[in-house]
Amino acid sequence: MSLNFIEPLLYLSALGLGLGAYVQPIEGMPYLGYLAPGLIASSAMFATSYECTYGTFIRMDFQKTFHAIIATPASIDDVIMGEVLFGTFKSLLYGSTILLVVFGLKLVSSPWVLLIPVVLALSGLFFAVLAMTWTGLVPNINSFNYFFSLIITPLFLFSGVFFPLTGMPALMQQVAWFSPLYHVVKLTRGLAAGDAVWLLAGDFIWLLAATVILLPAPLFLLRRLTIK
Amino acid sequence: MEYIIEAAGLVKKYNGKTAVDAINFTVRQQECFGLLGPNGAGKTSTVKMIHCFFLPTAGRLSVLGMDVRTHSRAIKRQLGVVPQENNLDPDLGVLENLLVYAGFFGITRSSALNRAGELLEFFDLSGYERERVETLSGGMKRRLTIARALINSPNILILDEPTTGLDPQARHLVWQRLRHLKEQGVTILLTTHYMDEAAQWCDRLVIMDEGRILEEGKPQELVLKHVGKEVLEIGLGNEPAGVVLDHVSGMICGHLIIGDTLYLYSAGGQAVLQALQHFPGRFTHRLLRYATLEDVFLKLTGRGLTADGKTVAGYFPPGLEGAPASPGCLSKDLESKHVP
Repeated sequence: MSLNFIEPLLYLSALGLGLGAYVQPIEGMPYLGYLAPGLIASSAMFATSYECTYGTFIRMDFQKTFHAIIATPASIDDVIMGEVLFGTFKSLLYGSTILLVVFGLKLVSSPWVLLIPVVLALSGLFFAVLAMTWTGLVPNINSFNYFFSLIITPLFLFSGVFFPLTGMPALMQQVAWFSPLYHVVKLTRGLAAGDAVWLLAGDFIWLLAATVILLPAPLFLLRRLTIK
Repeated sequence: MEYIIEAAGLVKKYNGKTAVDAINFTVRQQECFGLLGPNGAGKTSTVKMIHCFFLPTAGRLSVLGMDVRTHSRAIKRQLGVVPQENNLDPDLGVLENLLVYAGFFGITRSSALNRAGELLEFFDLSGYERERVETLSGGMKRRLTIARALINSPNILILDEPTTGLDPQARHLVWQRLRHLKEQGVTILLTTHYMDEAAQWCDRLVIMDEGRILEEGKPQELVLKHVGKEVLEIGLGNEPAGVVLDHVSGMICGHLIIGDTLYLYSAGGQAVLQALQHFPGRFTHRLLRYATLEDVFLKLTGRGLTADGKTVAGYFPPGLEGAPASPGCLSKDLESKHVP
């Protein structure tokens, strides 16, 4: 598990240092400083998504942990919410670790970065709910490849983690508004830059609303799967 | 509260199938109550409704005086559940499995530690506290699962096939411990398809098949009522069953043919055996033994618990109209029954 922290750091060094040597400063930031907040957001998304697809499915289907727990006073809804919170915790853990490394490398310095864990908690909550909706819809270990190749990887590539979307066709920029990671990246990067943070309220509200709207889905789907 | 569990007209349907079909039964405090039947009889579905895993489709079910539909949390607080499959948490060690489970009951860390220590001791698992669950043997995993079900000192212990898949020593050890619990006043609800276990441990039991309860009572009474005292098993070989039955007509109070084995039920098997001494044909084997619950089950369902349907030849009416009704083998119970 701890080795998973290495991956975003590999991206940071390979792209930030290697590619960054050829890239002009973006939005007034050197490339390494531009990339770092994006990777905080994306690594948190990956950690939660793995936990709430493979992890949740293994506990539910192979280990029958859900069945064991709901024989106690806990209900199935309690268990599902527990999974959601565990996914949220993973986001906080991974995102904050990368944040600490990035902070140690002096790539971010604004005091606003102290709010990044709040963003990680909310984005963790959203991605936990999203991943568990998939787990509830297609409860099959082979289906999770599709979740990553059809949803998570496109989000990773087209949400402004590596480059600003302003260079993309106009349609792509409009579509990006629907990407949850786009809003998370805007939040982490905005807080890392530390200026005009109130302009980020819209992104925060977007994530909050999306989470509230989607939350009933995994509850309904996984309740139905567990209790026939 | 006279009955600790009360089911009336209880129905469970899922996936378009009726798993439990309007059953009625009651369980008294401190008794060991058995649900017997082959796979798919509806035992597990019944048990899962009792521990509020799923809701009844229709009918009434109260546990500890509370309705399962409205008081699942309060009911589950006082139950211990041992599922058919061990679902110990492989991510946790032996002791941690108990402690984490205690947490779901809101038991404080220190009392959980005490209780876990007692239970591990009771189930001969002391010294394995730090072991990973996967390293335990099947019998040890089963004991740990039962220990886990007792972490909240439940009023009712629900055991869904507690000894299936265990070797004889492991079964024996599990039952020794369960007997202690019974003596301590824990109500035990048990499903099993081991008839010998049921006969030995259950105060009362129901026999289920295809979602219905076929019979209810004390194990010994059920045996006497349905199949009498003794059973003579005869390996027919090539002998036609009809000829053998003619030979012993009037002496038996019922019979059953499964494959090439003929089962003759009677109050006194020795006399039947004597009568067959002079039978001209050759049998592959003859065995006179006490009647068991297995025989009751065979009679009631027309098939064995483990045998597949094909081996059943049929169940015929008893020998003669004028057969003497022995006290343990009442002729009125022996209706004609044909199994396709």
